[in-house]
Amino acid sequence: MDKKLPVWVRAQDNYAGKVELEHDVDIPTWIVDSSVSKELLSDLYREEKFDMLLDLCGVDYPGREKRFDVVYHLYSFSTGKRLRVKVPVSEDRCEVDSVVDIWKAADWFEREAYDMFGIKFKGHPALRRILTHEGFVGHPLRKDYDPGKRWQLEEDKIYKPVFLNLPPEEDSMFERMTINIGPSHPAMHGTFRLMAVLEGEVIVDSDVEIGYLHRCFEKMAETHPWQQVVPYTDRLNYCSAFINNVAYCKTVEDMLGLELPPKAIWGRMVLMELSRIMDHCVCNGTTLVDVGALTNFWYFFEIREEIYSLLTKCFGSRLTVAGCRIGGFQHDLPPDFIDLCKHLLEIIPPLIEDIDKLVTHNRIWLDRSVGISAISGKEAINWGWTGPCLRASGVQFDLRKNEPYYWYDKVDFDIPVFYGGDVYDRYRVRMAEIKESLKIVRQLVEQGIPDGPYAVDDYHVMLPPKDMVYNQMESMIYHFKLIFEGMRVPPGERYGYLEGANGELGFYIVSDGSPNPYRIKVRPPCFPIFSTFSRLIRNQTVADAIITLGGLNIIAGELER
Amino acid sequence: MVEYLPIIIGVGLAFIVAGIIMLISWLMGPKRPYRTKLTPYESGMPILDASRKRIPVAFFLIALDFVVFDVESAFLFPWALTVRNSGTTEFISGITFIVVAVVVGYLYVYLKGGFDIYKGNSENVK
Amino acid sequence: MNEILEALVKYAAILAFMLGVVAPVMVWVERRGMALIQDRRGPNRVGPFGLLQPLADAFKFIFKEEIIPAQADKVLYLAAPALALVPALTTFTVVPFGPTFNYAGKEIKLVVIDSDIGALMFLALAGLGVYSLICAGYGSYNKYSLLGSLRASAQLISYELSMGFAILAILVSTASFNLLDVIDYQNSMWNIVYQPLGFLVFLVTAFAETNRVPFDLPESESELVAGFNTEYGAMKFALFFMGEYVNMTTLSLLLAVLYLGGWQLYPGWTPPEGIVGAIIGVLITLAKVIFMMWLFVWVRFTLPRFRYDQLMKLGWKVLLPLSITNLVIVTILVNKGIL
Repeated sequence: MDKKLPVWVRAQDNYAGKVELEHDVDIPTWIVDSSVSKELLSDLYREEKFDMLLDLCGVDYPGREKRFDVVYHLYSFSTGKRLRVKVPVSEDRCEVDSVVDIWKAADWFEREAYDMFGIKFKGHPALRRILTHEGFVGHPLRKDYDPGKRWQLEEDKIYKPVFLNLPPEEDSMFERMTINIGPSHPAMHGTFRLMAVLEGEVIVDSDVEIGYLHRCFEKMAETHPWQQVVPYTDRLNYCSAFINNVAYCKTVEDMLGLELPPKAIWGRMVLMELSRIMDHCVCNGTTLVDVGALTNFWYFFEIREEIYSLLTKCFGSRLTVAGCRIGGFQHDLPPDFIDLCKHLLEIIPPLIEDIDKLVTHNRIWLDRSVGISAISGKEAINWGWTGPCLRASGVQFDLRKNEPYYWYDKVDFDIPVFYGGDVYDRYRVRMAEIKESLKIVRQLVEQGIPDGPYAVDDYHVMLPPKDMVYNQMESMIYHFKLIFEGMRVPPGERYGYLEGANGELGFYIVSDGSPNPYRIKVRPPCFPIFSTFSRLIRNQTVADAIITLGGLNIIAGELER
Repeated sequence: MVEYLPIIIGVGLAFIVAGIIMLISWLMGPKRPYRTKLTPYESGMPILDASRKRIPVAFFLIALDFVVFDVESAFLFPWALTVRNSGTTEFISGITFIVVAVVVGYLYVYLKGGFDIYKGNSENVK
Repeated sequence: MNEILEALVKYAAILAFMLGVVAPVMVWVERRGMALIQDRRGPNRVGPFGLLQPLADAFKFIFKEEIIPAQADKVLYLAAPALALVPALTTFTVVPFGPTFNYAGKEIKLVVIDSDIGALMFLALAGLGVYSLICAGYGSYNKYSLLGSLRASAQLISYELSMGFAILAILVSTASFNLLDVIDYQNSMWNIVYQPLGFLVFLVTAFAETNRVPFDLPESESELVAGFNTEYGAMKFALFFMGEYVNMTTLSLLLAVLYLGGWQLYPGWTPPEGIVGAIIGVLITLAKVIFMMWLFVWVRFTLPRFRYDQLMKLGWKVLLPLSITNLVIVTILVNKGIL
């Protein structure tokens, strides 16, 4: 498949001349004519077992005859292969067939592509804006859209709920009531708006509005030099900001072909695992708050607080650390880094044990969470789930094991998998993963900090040390060029991915060789997960919906970018 | 009857105290009402639907259950007072009442599903 | 006339104690206790150990804006906080809080109303609490309030039933509705030993009747914002709050009287005659009440909350049969002369 198109594609006449292979790219890429895209994608789903649609996005090339590319990223669980499918469309016939009936995950992704680029998807059940405001005019990610443009909010243009699965009203015991839950609601972690049709307290159908926290990260990234995008990535999943930094930096480093020094890799792994612990703590803690178990929240947040003090020592800030730079770290790790890690390894396990004792086998918590919002692994894959939520549905998929990066193949850890697919198993997966992450950190700490530099020795990427800048002409020129022009990334594209705290965190980056990224598309793990929310809570009570939301760990910053 | 005066006073006091307290805070607090502030709170959005609707029948069912059993327990109160100092007849008649009226009635309502509020949901939840 | 005066003095004293000492101290205990359990500091800025925090809160409430929603049914809306105070200000009148003593040749009973139907009176007055919730929910024209108040009223009446049956079992063994007799009866052994099942049922229903975790569904913060009191701000909210704390105290007192022997230090030990003995008795009762109140706080920060249908299931399918079973067992034991 890498060198040539598979037989079934070449054998079919209707694909003749319409499917081409793109060469010299990171993962196999097919360019497909929009007239056969739907057919080909459903064939891919069937023939090549591409059962997951990881990401769907648009890219704008204003100079081209077919101006837009619709880019699909597919993943196959049975073969472990990845595939990129590009469907070019022109501006005047800006339409492709929707793939919602193949992958449910496409629902929101297509809405996003429509919102951002104005690409229409034929056959989509309810194509409407998703991230921008109802009163918004234009499509912000088009290259001819001015990033500095300001809008006046129109208050009367309010999102109207669309209930697609509303059963006909029978003469039941209940009169239906439509209710807003969120955006300003104590249990909506972040700002989402759930509009639910209730019969009594049972939700018969619902619709979700997101976008309250949309900052158009992707447009901002296009207007900033490569290094300066790093702090923006902090604001994606702000509960584990460091993982986002690494995911972005790693992708760009791969595009540059940089080999990181061991110290940088070691430090990134330790901090990523600690960030993962933090993220899981926040998720489980807030879920438990939603069921009224307040104390666990504080125990979880004590863990988080302790990790924050380590992060502060390293980077000077707590939440949005901006810890990485493309090429390594900005500073060296603090001298007492190992001691701080050892301190963390001492205090975290007892706290986790306390929480386990308090709540894991608590009868009320079991009653509240077991069997709530259950989803099968197969369905979850179709909806595009990854990460702990998918592992709670019995699918053993963790990029740290499946496609190891850095030194994850050299450390010993397990992937916890549970089979209930419900709120309780999502909670248990996270609890177990905290322990596994501690195991990884412990091994790395025992190994000790590797000697050597903390960043690459390449002055096209990292600034040269200050004393060299002051004393050597050449270093000063590097410094000058980097500060004034920024680094250059060779033209090309790459889909970089790693296991975020919440699932596969992907960065699809296109570079045209200029100092700024041409296009950055984030594949936020909770975006497809949250699109499932309406399906999950159907026929459950409001109380169930609330803990479901908590257990899915929806982070608004990442969801809405 | 006069010894129950404190209860009457208590009821009156509740209204007076509440009234005074609310009046004080009405007088002391700022008053800056505007239209949006005075709308019912629905997570910060304009309300989607009327707020006063038919109350679900399930609650009526609970109320009926309550009345039935509360009346039964009311019958038992005078009996409870005397059962210690009276003979077997009173004991047996009371127990019979509990078994026939309360237990059988309870079982009947139980089997009819009178206690299953939101049954539609509990079927869905595995 | 003298008797009425005496009753009124007692009423005023206990009311002042409840509203002036118990409610603010409870607010403080709840917060500091919560902080203790949760590894935090809690309020520690206002006054020594943050003791004046409740006062500061009260002042804050006074200076908040009183909002009456435009669509609210104003009469019901404003009546609800007052109705919330009705059971709070009346139920404690029938519950004794100290031993009887002679002062200046006069027998003084430490109960506001020495009623022969004290237990019944308590149930009747406590049952009034439901009106406040209904009024609040219906009056504020808010969906969360409505759902919360429906939940609350169904919950209150469901658990009231089990509570009634639990009290009934006590009355069977005591053969009197007078709560002073209930304490005398416990001279040989406290009711908690005689009727552990009844105690358990009563304890659980006490949590439910005061809307405390794990039964705080009427105001379950995460689902219904604040439940029935969503639209209530400023002092109106504080009134609900006050009512809840006073009810909690009264129920703790009732628990102490019904099951823990009132002012007996251990079964059979009653304080000596006279005013000193009476003070000791009151202090012992107070200690038990404080323990029960601490239990309320303790449980709140340990357990999660139920879902609504689970709560109703517990009330109707578990507690009610248990309380009836308890009644039958106690009746049989009494008839056999064992109790």
